[in-house]
Amino acid sequence: MAEAMLAVDDLHAWYGESHILHGVKFNIAKGEVVTLLGRNGAGKTTTMKSIMGIVANRKGSIAFEGTETIGLASHKIARLGLAFCPEERGIFASLDVKENLMLPPQVAPGGLGIDTIFELFPNLRERLSSQGTKLSGGEQQMLAIGRILRTGAKLLLLDEPTEGLAPVIVQQIGATIRRLKKDGFTILLVEQNFRFAATVADRHYVMEHGHVVDEFANSDLDANMDKLHEYLGV
Amino acid sequence: MPDIFGIPPQALFGQLLLGLINGAFYAQLSLGLAIIFGLLNIINFTHGAQYMMGAFVAWMLLNWLGLGYWWALLVAPVVVGAFGILIERTMLRHLYKLDHLYGLLLTFGIALIVQGLFRDQFGSTGLPYRIPAELRGGTDLGFMFMPNYRGWVVVVSLVVCFGTWFVIEKTKLGSYLRAATENPALVQSFGVNVPRMVMLTYGFGVGLAAFTGVLAAPIYQVSPLMGADIIIVVFAVVVIGGMGSILGSILTGFGLGIVEGLTKVFYPEASSTVIFVVMVIVLLIKPAGLFGRAR
Repeated sequence: MAEAMLAVDDLHAWYGESHILHGVKFNIAKGEVVTLLGRNGAGKTTTMKSIMGIVANRKGSIAFEGTETIGLASHKIARLGLAFCPEERGIFASLDVKENLMLPPQVAPGGLGIDTIFELFPNLRERLSSQGTKLSGGEQQMLAIGRILRTGAKLLLLDEPTEGLAPVIVQQIGATIRRLKKDGFTILLVEQNFRFAATVADRHYVMEHGHVVDEFANSDLDANMDKLHEYLGV
Repeated sequence: MPDIFGIPPQALFGQLLLGLINGAFYAQLSLGLAIIFGLLNIINFTHGAQYMMGAFVAWMLLNWLGLGYWWALLVAPVVVGAFGILIERTMLRHLYKLDHLYGLLLTFGIALIVQGLFRDQFGSTGLPYRIPAELRGGTDLGFMFMPNYRGWVVVVSLVVCFGTWFVIEKTKLGSYLRAATENPALVQSFGVNVPRMVMLTYGFGVGLAAFTGVLAAPIYQVSPLMGADIIIVVFAVVVIGGMGSILGSILTGFGLGIVEGLTKVFYPEASSTVIFVVMVIVLLIKPAGLFGRAR
């Protein structure tokens, strides 16, 4: 396979005393959309937070475009061109929608313009002066994704972007992800909903108990359905 | 002019002005505390000592280096702010993830040490600090005679308080600060150097205390205990306004200064306790404070 944009190898991470990740290994090529599937508590979110340096207590190797980031502070990692959209969305209550949208600083040239973001998420344009947390769940998710598209980051880490959203919003998020892929973004997606993941992703990794236990291409999803049901317990 | 409620207007307005001055000091000090608590999660008990240090730096600049009041307004906040940054770098930063109590104990201990050192060096009697020549004398406003320096203190405090409020609530820099107060880890993951922002914020809050100390030096005497005296009242102001609210601490500071001044006119016996009475009442009715959000 082509040289990886992000290569994670033997990643261990801890929350306080508890050892959450036990040697996670996977990689993402430039332009790919890759998902991490797995049950609750498998370590998917911790993997993302370790990549971003939000979980600071981590060991192993995380290389982004050839740069080792395991020893870097969170803000330095972001400045290499990664951006994170957390599961809880992280919209700030003391900021209005416009301030939330404009908050993340530019880390590289070539981010989407504000008009393109409104084209993707027209609802945001109408709500610019609302308090961030007054938006609906779907609008908050759009804001959380929209604000990291401005920054010029080329690798997006999206943690369960469809969680708790109405089907029509889920479709809109799916269309956005496909559009972003076409625009050249590389995306790592954490999902519980593999039916949604199948509509956007190139490849899937399955996590269990802090390990990556399986990997398959999206085209092989049907052939692996039995295994997948067992992994996810659905 | 006739008496108002049996009080000569000159006395009433005089006390009102004094209340406003005290209120200006309360507002600036509680503003600094609110900003520091918001971002650092630290109840900065050293604040009073840092206010006192500001006044002393002004005194030292004048008596040792011959640099007057205007220089002191500029230099004292920088020097004391740098001292604050040193404390943040070496000690406070290890406490952010712990309970408030640890930060409170550490900063209280530092306050005691700083006060002790100054008392050892300068004694407990106050040292005089002259009003700068440009602001001596007074102005007849018709209804009262206003000492120029007191007018200056009120005006400059209003400018500093609302300038700070504006920066925090209305600018890009302020949006980083507000966001980091809510979720520092996420803001840092966007590429903002939050640890540096925290350090500079502490430096700013401490510098603001020192600036207030310089303003206070010509009104009160410069004394090692001046901070210990005022900080207890300021904490009451913070509790009444609601911990962490920027506008709340400004309005509450000025408001309570005026309440205190009026009490001095109408019932002087209660003037030193009225703020604590207000605190008890507010805590009974609205435990999060007048402007605070329940956490």
